[in-house]
Amino acid sequence: MVKTMALGSEKAARRIDIKQILRIELRNWKLYLCLLPFFTIFLVFTVLPVLKAVRYSFTYFNIFQEPQWIGLDNYKNLFLHDDVFVKAIANTFYFAIITGPLGYLISLTLAWVINDFRPVIRSILTVVFYAPSISGQLYLIWTLMFSGDSHGFVNGFLIKSGLINEAIQWLTDPKYMMSVIILVALWMSLGAGFLSFIAGFQGIDRSLYEAGAIDGIKNRYQELWFITLPAIKPQLMFGAVMSITSSFATADIMINLAGFPSTDYAAHTIVTHLQDYGFIRFDMGYACAIATILFLLMVFVNKWVQRLIGKV
Amino acid sequence: MALPFVYVINNAFKPLDELFIYPPRLFVQNPTLDNFSDMFTVMSESVITFSRYVFNSVFVTAVGTTGMVLITSLAAFVLAKYRFRLEKVLFNIVILSLMFSSQVTAIPNYLTMRDIGWIDSYLAIIVPAFAMPLNLFLMKQFMESMIPDTIIESASIDGAGILDTFFRIAMPMVKPAWLTAIIFSVQNLWNSTGGNFIFSEQFKPLQYALQQILAGGIVRTGVGSAVSVVMMIVPITIFILSQSKVVETMSASGLKE
Repeated sequence: MVKTMALGSEKAARRIDIKQILRIELRNWKLYLCLLPFFTIFLVFTVLPVLKAVRYSFTYFNIFQEPQWIGLDNYKNLFLHDDVFVKAIANTFYFAIITGPLGYLISLTLAWVINDFRPVIRSILTVVFYAPSISGQLYLIWTLMFSGDSHGFVNGFLIKSGLINEAIQWLTDPKYMMSVIILVALWMSLGAGFLSFIAGFQGIDRSLYEAGAIDGIKNRYQELWFITLPAIKPQLMFGAVMSITSSFATADIMINLAGFPSTDYAAHTIVTHLQDYGFIRFDMGYACAIATILFLLMVFVNKWVQRLIGKV
Repeated sequence: MALPFVYVINNAFKPLDELFIYPPRLFVQNPTLDNFSDMFTVMSESVITFSRYVFNSVFVTAVGTTGMVLITSLAAFVLAKYRFRLEKVLFNIVILSLMFSSQVTAIPNYLTMRDIGWIDSYLAIIVPAFAMPLNLFLMKQFMESMIPDTIIESASIDGAGILDTFFRIAMPMVKPAWLTAIIFSVQNLWNSTGGNFIFSEQFKPLQYALQQILAGGIVRTGVGSAVSVVMMIVPITIFILSQSKVVETMSASGLKE
């Protein structure tokens, strides 16, 4: 009896609590009104689509008929019967494992190196390094450079210098395709993360280095490891998010350089597979299963790498 | 790093016989403007008048960016400078959204656009661009460190509303932040090809038209190079002009665990 009364009053107390919270938050209605436009659009075009993709991934859906619930069939087919998807996963990982960390390190190193230059030179170098990532559809340059005949710049150069005897089919031979794509991806990898590093290096408090010198820091590498990197840790996190997300999402480079589909699917990735099923075959359920896997993969890798950087 | 740029710029000025010379040369010998004049010839043969493509791109970029500045910075300001219950949850969802790319949401978004009748409409490109998570993140971080709480407090004591404080006090203080946001938004919209949402020729943007010229392949090597040069001028020029502001904003871009 006593116990139930106590429970009852506890419940009442909690109800009052909720009412009180609501009352306080209602006083903030103007704040919520200001957030409304952004979060409505964000909800409709970014958050809900993820949930919808998860839901459709359990259906057969060809957009002309209502979706039909088929449980885990899409996932079973993806992993057990779709050899191209297995190849796409392998390609995506191969590409991401190389371009993600390497692009990240190149951004960090170049940002660190140009930090020591005079402001004018630093600005010029920043533009030169950053330009590839903002120039849009510049794939034509690369298709010309790696053109498969002897007029291609790279072939011409290699033949002339006697390194090869006949033209290499850079963009149609599965042996070379991915390497060229990785090269182009690295060239384009100096994006928002790179700018963040530059800003991070510039913002480090100089007195930290003086304090470090007193504490016995001997050379530049110790300085980098014990002072500089810890000081820009938040920027390192941001850069990691940028480079992981883009390394798993790259598809434009593959499609523009190697064609769609590429020879033997040698440049086929999770994203090109998704586009194939979503916008060519209109098998929306299947494509949404691919999207769900892509989503989980990206978020999981991001969280994991953040924990890793957090420990350093 | 700059080699591909050097190559394409030189190509754009090469006469036909130099483009297909063997062995290929990097630098142009007898520069000519033929490729650029050919570019205008090709453009004038397009299905709809070329100025329409230009208009589409300028319109989408201008309206999308203006709306983005208003909507995204207002939300960033409220998240940065006011305390309320859902603050952390909302911001964490935005951070989470930086961790996956737009391909994840491509199909549901196509279906949504179809259901609300925005396929083949500027709205399909413009409205989603109003809410840009990366810009919300950057502006919120920057505002948090650049606008002192005391200024907000004294403004509210003086009876200024949220919008007043936002337009008169906050926005002038964080100019680098919204300039950076504008640059990211312009890059994003200017480089858009209409994707899965625009199918009618009269609504297609410039990028799409230029892509079609490039699709001409080897016969258009010279024209294609000229087009590439024209295409990259806009984003690169904007970046050069605003570089110092962008770097200033990115100093607040750090992501805490």
